[in-house]
Order: sequence, then C-alpha cells, then structure tokens
Amino acid sequence: MSTSVAPPRAAVKSNSLARERRRERLIARAILLPALVFSLVMTQIPFLVTIVFSTLQWNLLKPKDFGFAGFDNYVSVFQSGDLLPSIIATGLITTLSVLFSVGLGLVFAVLLDRKFVGRSVARTLLITPFLIMPAAAALLWKYSLLDTNIGVINWAVSALGFSPVSWSTDHPMMSVVIVLAWQYTPFMTLILLAGLQSQGADVLEAAAVDGAGFAKTFRWVTLPHLRHYIEIAVLLGSIMLLQIFDPIAILTKGTGGTKTLAYLLYERAFIGLNVGEAAAYGVIVVLLTIVVATVALRTLFSVFKVGGDR
Amino acid sequence: MRATKSVLITTLTWILVLLFFFPIAVMFLNAFKTENAAASVPPSFLFEPTLDGFRQLGERGMWGYLQNSIISSVTSTALVIVLAVPAAYALSIRPVRKVQDTLFYFISTRFMPLAAAILPMYIILKKLELLDNIWALSLVYTAMNLAIAVWMMRSFLAEVPIGVVEAARIDGAGFRTELLRVVLPLVLPGVAAVALICFIFSWNEYFMALLLTASDARTTPPFLGSFVDGRGQFLAVLSAASSVAVLPVIAAGWIAQKQLVRGLAMGAVK
Repeated sequence: MSTSVAPPRAAVKSNSLARERRRERLIARAILLPALVFSLVMTQIPFLVTIVFSTLQWNLLKPKDFGFAGFDNYVSVFQSGDLLPSIIATGLITTLSVLFSVGLGLVFAVLLDRKFVGRSVARTLLITPFLIMPAAAALLWKYSLLDTNIGVINWAVSALGFSPVSWSTDHPMMSVVIVLAWQYTPFMTLILLAGLQSQGADVLEAAAVDGAGFAKTFRWVTLPHLRHYIEIAVLLGSIMLLQIFDPIAILTKGTGGTKTLAYLLYERAFIGLNVGEAAAYGVIVVLLTIVVATVALRTLFSVFKVGGDR
Repeated sequence: MRATKSVLITTLTWILVLLFFFPIAVMFLNAFKTENAAASVPPSFLFEPTLDGFRQLGERGMWGYLQNSIISSVTSTALVIVLAVPAAYALSIRPVRKVQDTLFYFISTRFMPLAAAILPMYIILKKLELLDNIWALSLVYTAMNLAIAVWMMRSFLAEVPIGVVEAARIDGAGFRTELLRVVLPLVLPGVAAVALICFIFSWNEYFMALLLTASDARTTPPFLGSFVDGRGQFLAVLSAASSVAVLPVIAAGWIAQKQLVRGLAMGAVK
C-alpha cells in the first residue's frame, strides 16, 4: 500500500520544488532586467547609431550635402594617416604611465609597509593625488608647476643653474606622463600595499631564519607573492588610462604626439563637425578596443575567479 | 646601527611622501595669495593670506556650477545604487543563468570608449532639446558608472554567507524581505563604498560635461577647464576654484580609504 502512495507524493514535492526554482529564476531575471535594459539603451543603442552615422555623408557645416556615403568615411579615415599616430600615442601614454606608477607605487608600498612615526598620516597624504579632480590636477601642473615663467619646477631648475624648460610645449609627452603617473601612483601603492600586508609573517620569518637579507627576501619571496597584485594594478590602471582625455585637452591639446584616440575623436566630431567621419573613427576605435579588451578581460576573469565563487 | 638605518628610511619615506604631496600644498597655498604673490618667482611660502581668490569665485558663477555638480553626482549615484544592487544580487546570490556572460557584458561597456558613444548621444540629446540639461547629464553618468558598480557590488555580496540567505528562505522570507532585511544590512559598508566611488567618478568627470553642457547645466570640471583660455593673471583664483572643487572628494577619500581601495580594485583586493 505504502509503496503505491509514495511515488505521487515525491512527484508532487519535486513538482513544487521545480515550480519554486522557476519562480526563483524569474525573480532573479526580473531584478537583473532594469540595470541590463538601462545599460543597453544608454550604451549599445548609441553605438548602433554610430555605425549608421559612419555610413553617412554628414558634415554639420554643410547640411545640404547630406547623403549615403557607404565606406567613403572609412576610406578617408585610413587615408588621412591620423589613426596610426593616435594609436601609438594612446599605447605609449598608457604604457609609460602604468609603468611609472606601478614602479613608484611599489617603492611607496614597501616604504609604507614598515611601522614608523606618522605612518597613517603619510599614507593619507600620499593617496591625495588620486582623489584630485583630473581637470584640476592637469591645470595645477600646467600653471603652478610646469609653467615656463612662474612654474615651481622651472624655478628649481634655474636655481640648479639650468635654463628653464617649457615643458608642455617642448616635452608634451613627458608632461602628460608626469601628471598621469603622479595621479595613479597612489592607486597602485594602495593595491600593492594590500598585497604586501596579506603576506604571512611566518614566511618572512622563515626567510630571515634561513639568512636571507632584504634584497633576497624581496626578490624570491615577496615579489612572487605580489605578482597577482601587480597584475590587478596593471590591468585596472590600463582600463582607466586607455580612455584618457582630460590632461590631453588641458595640457597639450593633442600636440607633440599626444593625440590619443579619445582626443582625436573629440577633435573630429566637435571641432571638425564632420559627423560621418568622426563616427567612422568611433567604430574603428571600438573594434580596436574590443580586441584589446578581450585579451584584458580574459586575464580579468582569471584574476577575479568569477565562476568559482558560488 | 639598525636604529640609525630605520631612522634614515623613515626620513626618506617622509621626504618622498611630502614631495608627492607638494603640488597639492602649492595649490592650497596659492588659493590664499594675491595674484601677484601667486605668480612671483621664487615662490613665496610666507605671505599674508587673503580671501580675494575665493571672493572672485562667486563673480565667475562657481556656486551655480558646484550646485550642478552636486545634483548630477548625487542623482546618478542614487540611481546607480538602485539599479546595481538588485542586479548584483541576481548575479551573486540568486541563481541566474549566464552569470559570466552578463558580467562580461557589463564590464565590456566600461571598456567602450565614451568618445564613440558621445556623438550620437550629443545628436539625440540635441534633437530632444536635452542638451545643457543637468538631469540628462545625470542619466549619462548613471550609465557610465553602472557597469563598475555592478562588479563592485557583486564582490561585496559574494561575501554574504549563503547560509544566512538560506535560513531566511526556510523561514519563509519573501524576496523583498530577503534582500532588504537580511542581505542589505550585511553589505551596507559595501554599498557605501560603491556609492562613494560613483560619486567621485561623476564629480570629477570632464569629457561628457564639457560636450553635453554649456551654461545652465555646466559642472565644475569644465568650468575649471575654461581657465585655459584665460588672459592675464589667474593663478590665485584658479587655485581657489580648484581647492573648493577637490575638497569634497579629498575629505570623503581620506575618511573611507580602506573601502575605496577595495571597491576600486573591484573586490580583488581585500
């Protein structure tokens, strides 16, 4: 008897469980949807519109010349010869800024990992450049520090007996990298410091017992441990720096090999007013970014171990 | 010997840190100088402070720009939290299929050069007569920060012990109770960190504010940027304006250092 009752009961239970699961999934989808839809509308639709624009002959200065252009805009983008220098500028600025800020960040992280008088004050002062509005930081460097006549750095340079340097006109690339490295070093320091502090004291003690000095311990114990953190620092720094616009617009206006892709697009669209061509640039930049991003995102996912969480 | 070495390293650390902070000190000092004193070479470190620079900010309309900055930053931050918390919840605690794909999608929007989307945005907003509208700018900022907010929030939610959620479910808690009463209180510090970071990003944003606003909705960064075209002496007033503009973020950042790092590293650093 009992055996004949049991199966339906189990079936009912698993049935309600399945219904419960389905309900759960529905709720989950429902609460995910607003963010997803909003993001799709605000970021993907403009991109689709960009693709459409890129096939149009459309210059805001010549409204009567409006028409379909096919691939003409792409042809003129590749013929203009502005694309490659801009890719190089973006790559160079990103690479140099990341390199310097990670390097300096490592030095600061090691120094701040010690216990010393006023350590938390020192850390607080050090992170401040990262909190400064980038536009304000660029202006501060342009006028207060790097200016040929009244800049503090030139005052120091002439005090040392050299002639003043007009940084942002003669060394535009260096000026931009200096400002960016200054702003991003604190960020790198904090990430690497977190890495250093997650290092077990027992490991360091064991190294000391084995007679390893600071240099040896750092090279063979600390650095391998930090690798993961350096990867994160480089990756996040690159994501933020690839789109850099503010210091270019304020310091150099894209002169002297500092015309990044973001600035080039801005120049074409809002100074040149050629919508079709600017859109073609936009599409090409997005395609390029997808290539870079795919590589970076792979790393990101392995670094953040997304799937394994739950 | 070891003690001297330690003192030496400490001194070196302090010299480097102060050198790094020096530009900001210059900015704050110049804000309290007269134009002539600010432009003097060699730079003066002892001077009679004046509030002239700050007084001029009102004449240049800075309070209106600050107000716009506050509106756009607060509105977009609130919207981001409302959208991102449930989404991140679905991606970390509730079972959704394709978690990876969705996360991948969100973060990929962050890679997309804003410059590529700004042109149609500009033209669409122009057609809708929403250029130079602070609420439109707030929506753009919401979109800009949403991706990173979902990622950061997810990392905070991933730390909620699953047992707590399951216990609530067994007690018959509905979805709303589960999120608002059980999970949210546990991740409140995380929500605060995400909000702070979104606020900072919006407050500091220059590119879109420059292009999508003109006068009514102009925010602080493009106002500062407009000094580039200035003539005559303006270093003191520029320094005063910059000091006011950066103060809220510096204050917030100093207070919430730890959360800031964790949030910015999207949970990869504890």
